[in-house]
Amino acid sequence: MNLKDDNTIVCRCADVTLGEIKEAIRKGYTTLDEIKRLTRAGMGQCQGKTCRNLLLQIIANELHISPTDVELSRLRPPSVTIPLELLAKEDANEN
Amino acid sequence: MKTKAAVVVIGGGVIGTAIAYELTLRGVRDIVLVEKNTLFSGATARCGAGVRQQWGTEMNLRLSIGSVKRYETLAEELDYPHGIEFSQTGYFMPVYTEKQRQQFEKNVSLQRKFGLDVQYLQPEECRSIVPIVSLDGLLGATYYDKDGYLSPFHTTAAYAEAAKRNGVCIEKNTEVLGFTMEKETIRSVKTNRGDISCDCVVNAAGGWSQEIAQMAHVTLPLFSERHQILVTEPIEPLFRPMVMSFTHGFYTQQEPNGAILMGVGDPHEPKGYNMDHSYHFLHTVASLVTSVLPAVGKARVVRQWSGLYNISPDKAPILGLPKEVNNMFLAVGFSGHGFMVAPMVSEMIAQMITNEELSIPEARTQLDLGRYDRGERIVEPSVV
Repeated sequence: MNLKDDNTIVCRCADVTLGEIKEAIRKGYTTLDEIKRLTRAGMGQCQGKTCRNLLLQIIANELHISPTDVELSRLRPPSVTIPLELLAKEDANEN
Repeated sequence: MKTKAAVVVIGGGVIGTAIAYELTLRGVRDIVLVEKNTLFSGATARCGAGVRQQWGTEMNLRLSIGSVKRYETLAEELDYPHGIEFSQTGYFMPVYTEKQRQQFEKNVSLQRKFGLDVQYLQPEECRSIVPIVSLDGLLGATYYDKDGYLSPFHTTAAYAEAAKRNGVCIEKNTEVLGFTMEKETIRSVKTNRGDISCDCVVNAAGGWSQEIAQMAHVTLPLFSERHQILVTEPIEPLFRPMVMSFTHGFYTQQEPNGAILMGVGDPHEPKGYNMDHSYHFLHTVASLVTSVLPAVGKARVVRQWSGLYNISPDKAPILGLPKEVNNMFLAVGFSGHGFMVAPMVSEMIAQMITNEELSIPEARTQLDLGRYDRGERIVEPSVV
């Protein structure tokens, strides 16, 4: 992925570009959670399975730190999408 | 970090950031806002984002009507080019029992007195507003097309950035650990990043406000309680307004991108600070919502999350000073609807601090903490 071109799409579910993410970081929103909430990167169908690592890399690059030093966001269930009508039928006690 | 301030605002949600901004409008300088996590990380970020004006008490009506008016032009006022995504797609509140019908009719006549053109729909009219609503047991609904929703994230960012431009220092990752008191006065705020001496403090700590108050030996009659929400992947447009059923206890709305958001209160939820997720919630909300809106059943859930309601005895906010401390202004106890009244509340807290008359003068004696001692509660009949 080209992390030089600001038009590069980083989150393909929500169509968020590298430029938008860098702009949020410049404004002081430097954690995955803040960036997710403001730009919606990682909030789409795949829930960040594609862009999460890229976001960590971009934050690290912008802040000149290691990706391992970027605060992680909480992974939220479900891990795969489930139709509401199936959840409605399933009784929690049977699980 | 500054070690001295006129006002220390505790809490980086919509209430805290809005109060900081409102104070700058009134000429207050030297404001520090401290937030233990990041901006919009607590209840603000986790709320359902709806703003409604269909309330059943005069105070809640005045708080919400004034707030919606402000929200209509807030992005321009705060010079926030992205906008706050305010969209007035209405609230639709179905009626299932005779008792509810009588209450809603009473509410509508009060709401109309306040100039809201709320409609009372007969069952056959409901589908013109929500085409997919099940007619099973439906006796009617109320609908107001000027209710709506907006982005809690961008609204808070807009307030915070405007406050910063006006000189407010915003300190993230800064946790309040206690206060230095001198009799009934807070002299300084102790944080994990150092102390800040100050003239007064604003407690806008949301789900943790009772803990902050306790640090100044003030016991608030509040508790926190987990509420959960889920969101689906985007699907084709099915309904526009927020659908809120008091009978089922849920609210649900389809966002402009097509994703459907829904939440339900759990009567058995224990008090506390738990923000985990439960399968029980997924099953419950899916069953309830698909019984009223069967067509949403095919939408696939992508994410669930939870946040804390900060609940007061009458489910109305507590604003102003407690009797035990003369410089800790409370903006607490919003009971799940703080976001929708943030503009009015923040304006009035700033007015209290600068000794101005309040936009709603009665708030001083009706929303103060002392009302519980006097036995004067604001009993709101319409809360989920």
